[in-house]
Amino acid sequence: MSSAPAAHGAAPAPKFAEHFASLEVQNHAARLGMWLFLSTEILLFAGLFACYACYRFLYPEAFAEASRHLDLTLGTVNTVVLITSSLTAALAVHYAKEGKNNMVALMVALTLLMALGFLVIKGFEYSHKFHEGTLPGKHYSYQGLQLPGAPMYFTIYFLSTGLHAFHVTIGMGVLAWMGIRAITQKNFGPNNYTGVELASMYWHLVDLVWIFLFPMLYLV
Amino acid sequence: MTPSSSPTAEGVLPGHDDAGGHAGHHDHPSYLVDGTTVKSWLLTIDHKRIGLMFLASVLFFFLVGGVFALAVRVELLTPGPTIMDAMTYNRAFTLHGLIMIFLFMIPAIPAAFGNFMLPLMLGAKDVAFPRLNLASFYIYVTGAVLMVWGMLNGGLDTGWTFYTPYSTHTTTTVAPVLFGAFVIGFSSIATGLNFIVTVHTMRAPGITWFKLPLFVWAIYATSCIQVLATPVIGLLTLLVVGENLFSFGLFDPARGGDPVLFQHLFWFYSHPAVYIMVLPAFGVMSEVVAAFSRKNIFGYRAVAYSSLGIAFVGFFAWGHHMFVSGQSTFDAGVFGVLTMLVGVFTAIKVFNWVGTVYKGAVDFRTPFAYFCGFLFFTVFGGMTGIAVGTVSLDMPWHDTYFVVAHFHFIMVGATLMAFLAAFHYWFPKMFGRMYHEGWGLVSAALIILGFNATFIPQFLLGNYGMPRRYYEYPERFQALNVASTAGASLLAFGFVIVAIYLTYALFYGRVAGKNPWRSKGYEWLSESPPPTHNFVGPQPTFPEEPHYYVAPKKDEVNDV
Ligand code: HEM
Ligand SMILES: [Cu+2]
Repeated sequence: MSSAPAAHGAAPAPKFAEHFASLEVQNHAARLGMWLFLSTEILLFAGLFACYACYRFLYPEAFAEASRHLDLTLGTVNTVVLITSSLTAALAVHYAKEGKNNMVALMVALTLLMALGFLVIKGFEYSHKFHEGTLPGKHYSYQGLQLPGAPMYFTIYFLSTGLHAFHVTIGMGVLAWMGIRAITQKNFGPNNYTGVELASMYWHLVDLVWIFLFPMLYLV
Repeated sequence: MTPSSSPTAEGVLPGHDDAGGHAGHHDHPSYLVDGTTVKSWLLTIDHKRIGLMFLASVLFFFLVGGVFALAVRVELLTPGPTIMDAMTYNRAFTLHGLIMIFLFMIPAIPAAFGNFMLPLMLGAKDVAFPRLNLASFYIYVTGAVLMVWGMLNGGLDTGWTFYTPYSTHTTTTVAPVLFGAFVIGFSSIATGLNFIVTVHTMRAPGITWFKLPLFVWAIYATSCIQVLATPVIGLLTLLVVGENLFSFGLFDPARGGDPVLFQHLFWFYSHPAVYIMVLPAFGVMSEVVAAFSRKNIFGYRAVAYSSLGIAFVGFFAWGHHMFVSGQSTFDAGVFGVLTMLVGVFTAIKVFNWVGTVYKGAVDFRTPFAYFCGFLFFTVFGGMTGIAVGTVSLDMPWHDTYFVVAHFHFIMVGATLMAFLAAFHYWFPKMFGRMYHEGWGLVSAALIILGFNATFIPQFLLGNYGMPRRYYEYPERFQALNVASTAGASLLAFGFVIVAIYLTYALFYGRVAGKNPWRSKGYEWLSESPPPTHNFVGPQPTFPEEPHYYVAPKKDEVNDV
């Protein structure tokens, strides 16, 4: 690689596309683009929230009753895990700014570990539901809860947590990519941390969506 | 002409600088010839080439959609079966609607002309994210292939609105078609996002927000809608696919679902989507009317702000599609009033355009002819929009041909006129050649006439009570249906002429020179066709207002 040694963050070599006026403008553009993209993600979930609101209004008892059938302990553990992972993702940005590439990689690894933990716990919850038959729509076969509207609750449960889990997976991919760059290229530094920052923003979104989903599905 | 800039200047193409030569296509090859291999086109990240690829694609789909429109019209020539059976008819109008909406109207002006012009109008070398731009094109192609493949293998018979619960139960292929629509949504979002960031970060020194050309304002407002509304339809198409494949029951009353919720979510996107189609049209027309009236646009800020206004209130008007869905009278009233607000903002624009023409030195060329058609369709279509936005009037008109005629007038009429005006106005810029003005005017007249002849009978049909999407109809509706089909043939004939003389002009047209219209738009400051990085030499600055046509000088540069 032709760039100067970047281990101390001395002379990072950010990729500069010449159609921008300056590197600053380029970073500004990247951040603005990410914010816009995140707003589309929120709107995607907002559609599901609207479905939830509508059917909760139509079937208040069934929804209240069905939410008791979720495992509150596992849900809470998962919430804590995800919030913590948001912290480590933020720390990764912090270290990237300081040019401490090894710490970036470590923080990314911790974040990924927690993300994996989240998915494993979610997997346990899912398999329990498959076993019980608390499934969406026509696949609902659980005898313990036969209120009209209960299958609808589980339709929304699976759709929203499934879509969220999908986003977790994407986020893991993006973070892993940054981690690999931190290890192999070692060129994050005070002038070159936008990539980590964007990945971490995405991760905060994944976290944020869960913070809405958790009370919506498990608590109220 | 300006002497060539120093070879070290930023953005100059490598390998083409014989210092002291003249700027222009000799030293800096135009984007058209800078790389001639297939690969140099298919993998280009030049916004101009991507714009052209979009243009070619939307034209192709316009042709396909048009053929199916004619098929539908021919079927309706006689009260009974004419050339197809009922199921084929349902598939034909669904295919027509889907292709026209998702593959033609939505990308037509923003993705084709927006892509080409926006950076030029900002004095930028490219859009903010050129690779995303190329990706957006291929996402569009992928979605289109999925959609068309689904329609050929089984076909969809739900109409482009794919209302539940029918769409969750029909045995035709819902999944690939709707999944295709979902994929195309990503393309729309990517393009919109790219344009918003471009406008924010890529303006050349001197271009403040209130020096942006009005086309840029319109595209900016459109992009905001694309980014904010499209995710909702994305989710919805996925849900319907899921419903159809796995019977989730979300919108199926038999399983406790609510089909009206589907309609809310659908129109939350699809109503703003009409502004995705029509706002860029308004933007084009603001450019054209100033250029051919040779007058500064009347009320620049009002025109700019009203685009944002339309984009904003457009999000709160969706309920007017559901007046007969069991909505409460109160809701219907609120949605009715919000709908009228859109009319107010549109009226602001119309008054400003008319104010621009007033006492202008009108140069009546093909783009201006389309402006005249546009003005008529917008005003007439807009008035009928106010009419169907009135609850008591919409009750009898709902789902009749009156609505079909209304949305064709405003959406198709306005957008199509603007598309054709843009095509003619920017043709010299894009290809460096002129088309034949006489043929241009003749075909414009044919198209405007044909359009009226097609859809005015449909207003009457609707008013007499002929429902839309019906395969057979009572004898007494036949005369008007024949008239409509005759109009459609005239319209199609007009398009054929356009296709012929524009294709001819592409190869043999007179060389246009830099600015054949003596337009004041920023995009004309570059060469025609522009070089790869748009402007030769250092980044240009733009001291003048964008539509500064006051007192044109006789000796203005006009190097035809
Ligand atoms: C050649 C001119 C055209 C003719 C003769 C034509 C004719 C028709 C007819 C007969 C219908 C069926 C109405 C119904 O029963 O619902 C229809 C629907 C529709 N058309 Fe066109 N059309 C033309 C051009 C266009 C264009 C250029 C666009 C858009 C760019 C367009 C967009 C639509 C849409 C969105 C529908 C609704 C389809 C549905 O109800 O599912 N049309 N058109
Ligand atoms: Cu509407």
